[in-house]
Amino acid sequence: MERKTKVHAEEGKQEITITREFDLPVELLFKAYEEPEIVEQWMGTRVLKLESKKHGSWQIETPDPKGNVAFRANGVIHEFIPVQKITRTFEMENTPFGVQLEIYEFERLTDDTSRLTMHVIYESVAQRDQVLKLPFAQGINMAHNRLEEIVSKLK
Amino acid sequence: MNLRRDVFQAIADPTRRAILLLVASQAMTAGAIASNFDTARPTVSKHLQILTECELLAQEQNGREIYYHINANKMKEVDDFIEPFRKMWDDRFNKLEAIMKNYKSKK
Repeated sequence: MERKTKVHAEEGKQEITITREFDLPVELLFKAYEEPEIVEQWMGTRVLKLESKKHGSWQIETPDPKGNVAFRANGVIHEFIPVQKITRTFEMENTPFGVQLEIYEFERLTDDTSRLTMHVIYESVAQRDQVLKLPFAQGINMAHNRLEEIVSKLK
Repeated sequence: MNLRRDVFQAIADPTRRAILLLVASQAMTAGAIASNFDTARPTVSKHLQILTECELLAQEQNGREIYYHINANKMKEVDDFIEPFRKMWDDRFNKLEAIMKNYKSKK
């Protein structure tokens, strides 16, 4: 299977680059980042606030199956150039992961295809590596939730 | 002890990363490695021990000397750490693409 999403993480560096090519015009790709209702759909999260403009701020939260807030993140938007670039900060609330700086670049490839480059800079190498390892923990939690679900049906 | 076998813990230290870079091009003895650093020899030995414990470095006896070389398989495991992270973003982007394709056709 072709790997559409590429993650470039060099050892010992406090940054990563994520690139992805989309079968979408760049305007539509950008819209998916600009409109709160669309962000909610693909991120699977609740958007509490998203001011898509320079010096705007944003906040999202994800409830667990019981409705408790499991995850909340926020940040500010430093630069917002429609259909080109978003520079923002990202911070997971109540975690030791610190603030990360995210630079999103949107590029037109053809009329119907586009590329997103996400450059993320962390406070330290150790913090970057911890964040990279997060999906492991999440995967375990998700498996655990699914198990709970199945078990509760057996009762 | 468990922490020490954590590969990420091992490469979080700048001196240890420098050692890995140094040894990446050629196998070296502890003495040769230490001569590249201002740090005290026992400190370098400690770093070598940690890197060896988490299997980023392997030791090879050559006559009376022990040479350290890089363990490429373990370095690949560092790559594998990234895979779930990549997969997470790939899934999100697939969803984004599907939603926006639908959005386009609805217009």
